[in-house]
Amino acid sequence: MILHRMSAAAAGVVLLAAMTAGCGNGNEVGGASGTDDGKITLGFSQVGAESGWRTANTKSIQESAASAGIDLKFADAQQKQENQIKAIRSYITQKVDVIAFSPVVETGWDAVLQEAKAANIPVILTDRAVDSQDKTLYKTFIGSDFVVEGQKAGEWLVKEYEGKTAPVNIVQLEGTTGSAPANDRKSGFEEKIKADPKFKIIASQTGKFTRADGKEVMEAFLKANPKIDVLYAHNDDMGLGAIEAIEAAGKKPGVDIKIITVDAVKDGMQALADGKINFIVECSPLLGPQLMELVKKVKAGETVEPRILTEETTFTQAQAKEALPNRKY
Amino acid sequence: MTGVLKHRLFWPSAALIVLLLGNLIFTPHFFSIEIRNGQLYGSLIDILRLSAPLILVALGMTLVIATGGIDLSVGSVMAVAGALACLIVVDNPGLSGVLLACVAAVTLALVLGLWNGFLVSVVGLQPIIATLILMVAGRGLAQLITEGQIITVNSPPYRFIGAGYLLTFPFAVIIAAVVVAFTALLTRRTALGMLVESVGGNPRASRLSGIHSRRLIWGVYAFTGVAAGIAGLMATANVSSADGNAVGSLIELNAILAVVIGGTSLAGGRFSIAGTVIGALLIQALDTTIYTTGVPAQTTQLFKAVVVIVICLIQSPAFRRKVLRTVPA
Repeated sequence: MILHRMSAAAAGVVLLAAMTAGCGNGNEVGGASGTDDGKITLGFSQVGAESGWRTANTKSIQESAASAGIDLKFADAQQKQENQIKAIRSYITQKVDVIAFSPVVETGWDAVLQEAKAANIPVILTDRAVDSQDKTLYKTFIGSDFVVEGQKAGEWLVKEYEGKTAPVNIVQLEGTTGSAPANDRKSGFEEKIKADPKFKIIASQTGKFTRADGKEVMEAFLKANPKIDVLYAHNDDMGLGAIEAIEAAGKKPGVDIKIITVDAVKDGMQALADGKINFIVECSPLLGPQLMELVKKVKAGETVEPRILTEETTFTQAQAKEALPNRKY
Repeated sequence: MTGVLKHRLFWPSAALIVLLLGNLIFTPHFFSIEIRNGQLYGSLIDILRLSAPLILVALGMTLVIATGGIDLSVGSVMAVAGALACLIVVDNPGLSGVLLACVAAVTLALVLGLWNGFLVSVVGLQPIIATLILMVAGRGLAQLITEGQIITVNSPPYRFIGAGYLLTFPFAVIIAAVVVAFTALLTRRTALGMLVESVGGNPRASRLSGIHSRRLIWGVYAFTGVAAGIAGLMATANVSSADGNAVGSLIELNAILAVVIGGTSLAGGRFSIAGTVIGALLIQALDTTIYTTGVPAQTTQLFKAVVVIVICLIQSPAFRRKVLRTVPA
């Protein structure tokens, strides 16, 4: 009992100390930045480490910060918004020069971003957007445009079947239902192919961005639809799973059924180089160098575009063979 | 006739048959099975093959639920076992490497099962809490083993476990059938099944009458761990890759559902292995139906929910009595 009371008291003291420390720092608004050695300090809050894509993203940011001579303070939010808000608040107290983060969810950021604005710390969003009326809360948003990715996939398909009149039966493996990449990659793709009635999406179902579901759904598609000409998968992994299903059905992926995917992770690029995929639209996690450029610009007070696209490309089979040896993820 | 109607497997079997027949309306060749590349090929074969991991997991779950417990960690155990196996196979893709990987993975799954059993039977934690610990921690462990990446293996012997065919028949189905037959023999040809049921019915009375409740419960959780481990091997071998996030995700809920559809009481004290197998087949048949008939991705969850509710209602004797009473004789 006594022990309990003592530990409670101790906790109270610690809490009080933390609070007063927080207030103390918070009161010196507008002071010089935390580190005055001329080095820019960047506070970055990452979503988590949920996929190979994300870990490549983290690595890119850490490496390019080091090579750009920027002092990086990095925090992993483990998929939780409250962790991210905590991290951003601590960056504000530490008076970093620039804050960057990949928001876990789209809403609920206004309060903490107001605090950053009040403390005169510019904010850059990476990879994912926030849904806020007040566009002055952040300087810029750098990341991929999923609609453009879908459009690129559609454009390739239109070109591939140029001059042909026979109907083209397309099946689509969608990403996780309701996620931004799934919605946007679908709408971008459909927008590009709808002009020509020969393109028909005969089946479309979610494969939840995983190989296992991609395979399972493709198996069912193959049974239900005797004639499939094209598969469009919203990421490489679902495409890779579907390739297994196509092979098990005695067909040649890439030849009997043309395959378009998005992402360009290493396994996908390998399949592309092997001729099992026909076209991949890149969704690059390597936005570190671009981010560091932006950090320097906003620190220097230069105006930047409110929306910046990640430098991304597309790969054909020949390009994949060339690019594969240098692939980082 | 009334004897057939009263058999406790009647309603789950009827639901399965109705569901399969319903497919004929949308897909006339749903029941067609052919031999392609020396393998049986058809929707029914897909259902059998894809339900194999679920059957194994649900089998363990049946026994755990019969003792009045529950095991939420099965999906995570699958992910851990699959990840470890792929980690070993990636460097030793030969037959000996695959055997080593299987032994190591199943042993690890056994240890995890023993841990669950220890928490439930010795420490006396509530099963839902005890296994929740490993459900969360196991995902982390799987992520740790895969380092957050998807491990892709290129090993024909390993692939055989999940996607191979022995004498035209899917090997995964053969494994599942052997484990089911073994378990059925062990529980129904010996007193073991009855002892499990008595522990589930009243642990205290069973102990007082001389049954080693503690040892029995411990053993049941260990068995579930092993079954989940084998399921993890199958699931990862099916797509030749281990994805720590996705393998066995939410399978615990499907397994519980399969057990319930099969007529095993969630209160413990009674179980039906044949019912569980039918339940697992029913769940997979439902998934395959959704993919072949082309239910839009946004409505699949709702569609599934409605079907499951209907199945559970027609299975409920109380509900049937009520309906029969309102329909005038």
